[in-house]
Amino acid sequence: MPFKIIASQCTSCSACEPLCPNVAISEKAGGFVIEPAKCTECIGYFEEPQCVAACPVDGTCVIDTSWPPYQAQA
Amino acid sequence: MNAVVGRREYADGPVATGKMMQPAAEHKGCRTSANTGHASCGSRAGQGDLPTGIWEKVKNHPCYSEEAHHHYARMHVAVAPACNIQCNYCNRKYDCANESRPGVVSEKLTPEQAVRKVLAVASTIPQMTVLGIAGPGDPLANPEKTFRTFDLVAKAAPDIKLCLSTNGLALPDHIDTIVKSRIEHVTITINMIDPEIGAKIYPWIFFNHKRYTGIDAARILADRQLQGLEMLGERGILCKVNSVMIPQINDHHLVEVNKAVKSRGAFLHNIMPLISAPQYGTVFGLNGQRCPTAQQLKVLQDACEGEIAMMRHCRQCRADAVGLLGEDRSAEFTIGQVMKMDVKYDLEMRKAYQDRVEDERAAKVTAYQDGLAKFTGEMSEITLLVAVATKGSGLINEHFGHAKEFQVYELSTSGVKFVGHRRVDVYCQDGHGEEDRLSTIIRGIDDCHAVFVAKIGGCPKSNLIKTGIEPVDQYAHEYIEKSASAWFRSYLDRVKSGEIQHAKRGDAAIRQGALISAA
Ligand code: SF4
Ligand code: SF4
Ligand code: SF4
Repeated sequence: MPFKIIASQCTSCSACEPLCPNVAISEKAGGFVIEPAKCTECIGYFEEPQCVAACPVDGTCVIDTSWPPYQAQA
Repeated sequence: MNAVVGRREYADGPVATGKMMQPAAEHKGCRTSANTGHASCGSRAGQGDLPTGIWEKVKNHPCYSEEAHHHYARMHVAVAPACNIQCNYCNRKYDCANESRPGVVSEKLTPEQAVRKVLAVASTIPQMTVLGIAGPGDPLANPEKTFRTFDLVAKAAPDIKLCLSTNGLALPDHIDTIVKSRIEHVTITINMIDPEIGAKIYPWIFFNHKRYTGIDAARILADRQLQGLEMLGERGILCKVNSVMIPQINDHHLVEVNKAVKSRGAFLHNIMPLISAPQYGTVFGLNGQRCPTAQQLKVLQDACEGEIAMMRHCRQCRADAVGLLGEDRSAEFTIGQVMKMDVKYDLEMRKAYQDRVEDERAAKVTAYQDGLAKFTGEMSEITLLVAVATKGSGLINEHFGHAKEFQVYELSTSGVKFVGHRRVDVYCQDGHGEEDRLSTIIRGIDDCHAVFVAKIGGCPKSNLIKTGIEPVDQYAHEYIEKSASAWFRSYLDRVKSGEIQHAKRGDAAIRQGALISAA
């Protein structure tokens, strides 16, 4: 399941954006968004999802349960 | 030192392995050898015992030289919003136009917009000599934006000094780029060297693609900070260390921090009071963590003063502040306004203006030394504080009712020494003084025996006298140090003749909350 960003909590600090190994995060309308099709949950790159680990507002980068897990997709 | 030695034993994994305990750098901070015997950061305009290369780097830098801050201005550009650590005294969500506090900005700029703003400010304020990047966030967590901005500014405005403030976590990785970018001054915020204490200040850090928490996080952070400090020293870059004084968490420990950074060649140590009003929504603010009083801060700063100079004139500026320290003109230079301005960067005009400033400075030093000469031979146990209303240039040139802050000087028979500043609410709004404001001003300077002003109304005057603070307006538009020593002399005479009795004064509160602008 890819990660998503809760728009109302995002401070637009941009900490997550350069860390994503899949360039799945971009700025849209003043906030940051994750393109679900590109997110691999960081599996294969890092031990922890980078956007979650770097985000200063806990609970802002969360699993998007409306998508299947990344590994199931592969 | 035990904390440092102990910590070394864990030094494996991603932590620093650089050699610790370097001999102190050969310069001794910006202490001058002035005949007062006081160690104070550049409170004289002279070179003192500083090597010429270092003097050139600090003499026009308002943060590195207390004396220069009366004459020269700085600006910050906010290009770097991301951060790689979390501090319990920071809330990055907060933003307010009237607030002066690190981390606060009204707009974030691209590097290109930032350069345009620098040129606009440099043309309008020719005494602006320093550009800093200090967040919000950590500039080295945004290295591309930060270094691109510095490179563009270095090309467009070659006379402006470049300054960087960082939490130090990423510092060792960027030393070579810092050197290449011609950055002459770096500030590292170091609040602890003991990870146990660090764990109470930093809930987590993001390092090597992982989030670390608790003692592990603090240990990595402290190691990287001290390693970065040493590496800067090896490359001849002046380093200032900022520490936030957090009562009951690191207040006593900062003496250890001071020793540790001193031994690694830090040039200046700036111990600042915690800002923790609950309305800022920081962890400390919401927990009811208190901030120090003015006297507690001074006692700690005094305890750390030695071979390394203590900075006492820091204003804990916004990350987009513009102007002299203690004034903020950032509202005049929003990106909308800057885009409309017709910007001509005129190096010659700036130089001519700064030459005039140098003449003023020299006159002030002569005046001070004249005043001091009168003290020779006189001895007294009495030491006291006075507050001064000033708009800059080293003069008593501000109306009591218009002062947004007072500068505080310590007077003794060995000289006049700057020890800090107190932000206050402006007393006069719309031409009327307000009584509750007066009581907050008095609380802010309640440890002072006198307040020097260019002018003061009858009502605040009598209230100050009632409180035991002498309002002094007879030195309007004269030099601060000279006037203060003349007044002190007359004070001692009055004590000697029995006309007045010297009594100790109380403590003072450090102003928290929004800065209410008079403009
Ligand atoms: S979990 Fe990893 S891959 Fe997915 S958006 Fe976050 S950083 Fe990118
Ligand atoms: S790190 Fe968090 S707050 Fe910052 S831009 Fe990304 S989602 Fe938003
Ligand atoms: S915060 Fe302190 S050190 Fe930084 S610019 Fe302001 S006065 Fe100087």
